[in-house]
Amino acid sequence: MATDPNNSAAALTVRNLSVFFGKNAAVKNVSIDITAKAVTAIIGPSGCGKSTFLRALNRMHELNPDARMEGQIHLFGDDIYSRTVESVAVRRRIGMVFQKSNPFPTMSIFENVTVGLRLNGLRDRKILAERTEQSLRMAALWDEVKDRLNAAAISLSGGQQQRLCIARALAVQPEVLLMDEPASALDPLATAKIEDLIVSLKKDYTIVIVTHNMQQAARASDFTAFFYLGELVEFGPTTKIFTSPAQKRTEDYVTGRFG
Amino acid sequence: MTAPNHSWRNFKNAFMQTLTFVCAILVIIPLLLVFYHLITQGFTSINWAFFTQLPKPVGEAGGGMGNAIVGTFILLAQAAVIGVPVGVLGGVFLSEYGGTKLNWWIRFAADILNGVPSITWGIVVWGLLVVPMHGFSALAGGVVLGLMMIPLVMRTTEEVLQLVPGGYREAALALGISKWKTIVQIVIRTALKGIVTGVLLALARVAGETAPLMFTALGNENWAHKLTEPIAAMPLQIFEYAKSPYDDWHRQAWAGALVLLLLVLSINIGVRFLTRDRFQQKV
Repeated sequence: MATDPNNSAAALTVRNLSVFFGKNAAVKNVSIDITAKAVTAIIGPSGCGKSTFLRALNRMHELNPDARMEGQIHLFGDDIYSRTVESVAVRRRIGMVFQKSNPFPTMSIFENVTVGLRLNGLRDRKILAERTEQSLRMAALWDEVKDRLNAAAISLSGGQQQRLCIARALAVQPEVLLMDEPASALDPLATAKIEDLIVSLKKDYTIVIVTHNMQQAARASDFTAFFYLGELVEFGPTTKIFTSPAQKRTEDYVTGRFG
Repeated sequence: MTAPNHSWRNFKNAFMQTLTFVCAILVIIPLLLVFYHLITQGFTSINWAFFTQLPKPVGEAGGGMGNAIVGTFILLAQAAVIGVPVGVLGGVFLSEYGGTKLNWWIRFAADILNGVPSITWGIVVWGLLVVPMHGFSALAGGVVLGLMMIPLVMRTTEEVLQLVPGGYREAALALGISKWKTIVQIVIRTALKGIVTGVLLALARVAGETAPLMFTALGNENWAHKLTEPIAAMPLQIFEYAKSPYDDWHRQAWAGALVLLLLVLSINIGVRFLTRDRFQQKV
């Protein structure tokens, strides 16, 4: 089922994806269907290509001039690597949250949330205000910042900054949200909030999250993909991956025997 | 081995610390000396007439260097019009675009240009503009200062843009913001204070240039009315006065030097104030 091309519930269908940096293949011939409105966790030891895989999903790897990809990725049937499709358009539909929270330091909370809309030409103050509240509520940050939307974004705590970055990504209303270890730099309390948030977001969004934290993958995701040395070793429902994996390598990794 | 000799180690430690402190103070002393001299020698000659009137001939009391002060501002304005856009955009290219090899050559060329003696710039622009136009001009003076600014502004712009963390660029691009808007609205905005500082340092640097203006702006005893006429400038006027044998003129030279220094200083302080961080108190 992992690679059923007729899977109508798939938001992203990845076929034979390989990503190279120079001559080295960081991702090797990966095919996977990312289910819509569900959380898919990507796990694997450092250097297994999971971040590279994630970045290929919205063409962020193209920022590296040495990077090159092969294969196909379709977003709800649209080829995101088609010659006629610009990376900017792909990234509006597939947002991304990074490991290190990175709110823009020159901007207020409000300006950070609306930056994607404003720089794409939206001027209507009313819509911007609505979208700000909506995004901050979805990111579970509204109650904490509603009285100081014009304060500096960098005045927020680390966990709040990361939720602000999630709100900023949500404000442009993407269809898919990619998260690259979004909680790895946060304390356990802030991490728990982010995890709750991820679970609540899948109602509206397709989420792909790279994580080093097994418990996080087990708690927050519906599907789990295990990457090792650039290959997709195993992919399936999270409960299955963590309780009865088909592959020995997967079992060794999720039980902490290596990695 | 016996116990280590702590007293010798402590002495070396204290000695090196003192040495670095002394060197740091040595940086400030020349500035204080320059200020002290300029104020004691020049302050008495500064009055309203100094800023508004033309120079008086030898022997006549009073007069000022109003034309040179205005001339310096006109030259700096022209230099900024040439040097700032080219320098900043060139710096943006070096930091955000271009290939490693090409950028290495551009950087190398800019560094060489930064080391070219200013008199050489003067001669080059004399050949390029003064000779074909059959005369010294304010325009040529502005061009030479502007050309000198380009590599300075370019390198400082590149350096401050490189200090902007890559995470901000990625965050903006991941929002579907185009590369150009990311550069203008996110990267440049984050580094704006540094860019402005670089521009001002370049302006302050060329504001005091004398040699290149001798071949281009030439100097003028009167007010200049056209950019195609020779124009007075403070460094030129100070030079003229300082090399003369007259005490009156020496005093004017001191006063001019003081005003020039205060001009450079006030540009710096004023812009630091204007570009102070909106959110600074909260960081």
